[in-house]
Amino acid sequence: MQHAQISRVYVWQLPVRFYHWINALSVLVLVITGYLIGSPPAVQSGSEASFGYWFGTVRFVHFLAAFLFFFNFVYRIYWGFVGNRYARWQNFIPYRKEQLEEVKEVLKVDIFQRSVKPLESVGHNALAGITYFISFIAFLFQCITGFGMYAAMSKAALPALFAWIVPLMGGDFAVRQWHHAMMWFFVLFSMIHVYLVFYHDYVEARGVTSSMVGGWKFVEKHKL
Amino acid sequence: MLEHPLTMWQQMESLGYTRRDFLRFASWLAAAAGIEASGIGQVVHAMETKPRIPVLWLHFQECTCCSESFIRSSHPIVADVLLDKISLDYTETLMAAAGHQAEKSLHDTMKKYKGEYLLLVEGAIPTNDDGVYCCIGGRSAQDILTEVAEGAKAIVCWGSCASNGCIQAASPNPTGATPVHTLISGKPIINVPGCPPIAEVMAGTIVHLLAFDRIPQLDGLGRPKAFFSRRVHDTCYRRPNYDAGLFVESFDDENAKRGYCLYKMGCRGPVTYNACGVMRWNNGVSYPIQSGHGCIGCSEEKFWDYGPFYQHLASFPGFGIETTADKVGVALGIATAAGIATHAISTNIRKRKQIQQEIAGSDTIADDTKGGA
Repeated sequence: MQHAQISRVYVWQLPVRFYHWINALSVLVLVITGYLIGSPPAVQSGSEASFGYWFGTVRFVHFLAAFLFFFNFVYRIYWGFVGNRYARWQNFIPYRKEQLEEVKEVLKVDIFQRSVKPLESVGHNALAGITYFISFIAFLFQCITGFGMYAAMSKAALPALFAWIVPLMGGDFAVRQWHHAMMWFFVLFSMIHVYLVFYHDYVEARGVTSSMVGGWKFVEKHKL
Repeated sequence: MLEHPLTMWQQMESLGYTRRDFLRFASWLAAAAGIEASGIGQVVHAMETKPRIPVLWLHFQECTCCSESFIRSSHPIVADVLLDKISLDYTETLMAAAGHQAEKSLHDTMKKYKGEYLLLVEGAIPTNDDGVYCCIGGRSAQDILTEVAEGAKAIVCWGSCASNGCIQAASPNPTGATPVHTLISGKPIINVPGCPPIAEVMAGTIVHLLAFDRIPQLDGLGRPKAFFSRRVHDTCYRRPNYDAGLFVESFDDENAKRGYCLYKMGCRGPVTYNACGVMRWNNGVSYPIQSGHGCIGCSEEKFWDYGPFYQHLASFPGFGIETTADKVGVALGIATAAGIATHAISTNIRKRKQIQQEIAGSDTIADDTKGGA
């Protein structure tokens, strides 16, 4: 085992890596500003309203990050059709038998810590793929509900595309409530995602963590 | 009920109003309906020439606060002309007729003005148990509504009850209270939500129908855009405090005295579409926020279910009162962190073993190499 031949595989293309880090940054900004919008801290300044605009700025940053997040997301979907084999949409939906087998296998490794044998997939493992697919649905939900609420205060064409969600959900209150609750999905997802990346790198030693920076992963030659 | 209904102008003239009063009233109505100055002529013309629209006003599961609001409209002629003389042929709370006479009046109008009369509905319609929870003259509300809506030109839903169910439809909605638009289809339906709606908004909606003979522009929820396109928050005079991040922290604090934003006190202004901030109440005297209390969002669907009123975030469904999404989220976050910590510890124990084995393994290999050499 320790003498296995290791080969370097170029997995994450530059656009995928850009997507990942822009996404990470915008999610971080969105969660922080979103939380602040939901529960602003108490400011006992006693000043006149005309001297301050910090809450307006927080909201502005949230909207700005939302546009970045949205277009980055759209771009990633596009790349799912033109990117390399590791970036393709097929990685995200476990429709083949091997993929379903792998989901079970990864669950054993992650939860029961059953085996340490290196996994078959070079790119996303099947469980990660389906998790990212679920997270894409969450992304979509946040985009629709967020822009749906934003449409009322904007004349832009993009938010207006999502205005239908408000009557569908029965009003702004419901939309805001679920948009806010969904924020916690992003918090929990990030915690688990970051941990699992480190975990897999720690037990498999395939350079998963650095692969999102350089693009290369290390794979045993006989697996290729 | 008159054989030849008079026009609004004839009606006013007979009541002793001058031409000047009439024009003033027409301008006021046009302004209230959100019609620009150039459209006043059209309103005047309509009121001079068009016979009054026959109106049937039905009351179902409601508290009559919409009627109360309407008759307290700031302009006296609204009550005098629109309500009293608009040819309100049937309305349970205000008509003189009773019993069989009332029912006769209703049916006479329905027959005579089929396809022409305006139907105003106040109150939700119970649908559970064959609608036994609201019966008038021995018939269920749903039965009456279906029959009267059949020949109506348009339907105006007064208040949150008829527009979105209001308090009767609050969870668990024991009577199956249902708004008009889910029961009736194929008719123009205008929702004028609010508990109650502002009198001038009600009058403005009627005026639009009267003057232009067509329904006003509606939003996605069937509300007239002239009154419901902006949130209470967007027209709030305390809005600068919101943008500056100056919030009332409790109702008796210094910030409350300074008139800061009531966002953190659960104000529903940011999610409520209504004209309160512009038209205000009781002849434009005030509105809830101006009186120091947050908006409770009475014109929004299910506003009763998104409690408590004095909390910015509603209780998360299924987790009991005052458990917000944030509390649930933090609990899940802690659980996740604990899970990660446990997992990391067991991983390290396992890896330690593995490393030890591998070190032992490489020793043997080293020995082999030595032996081979």
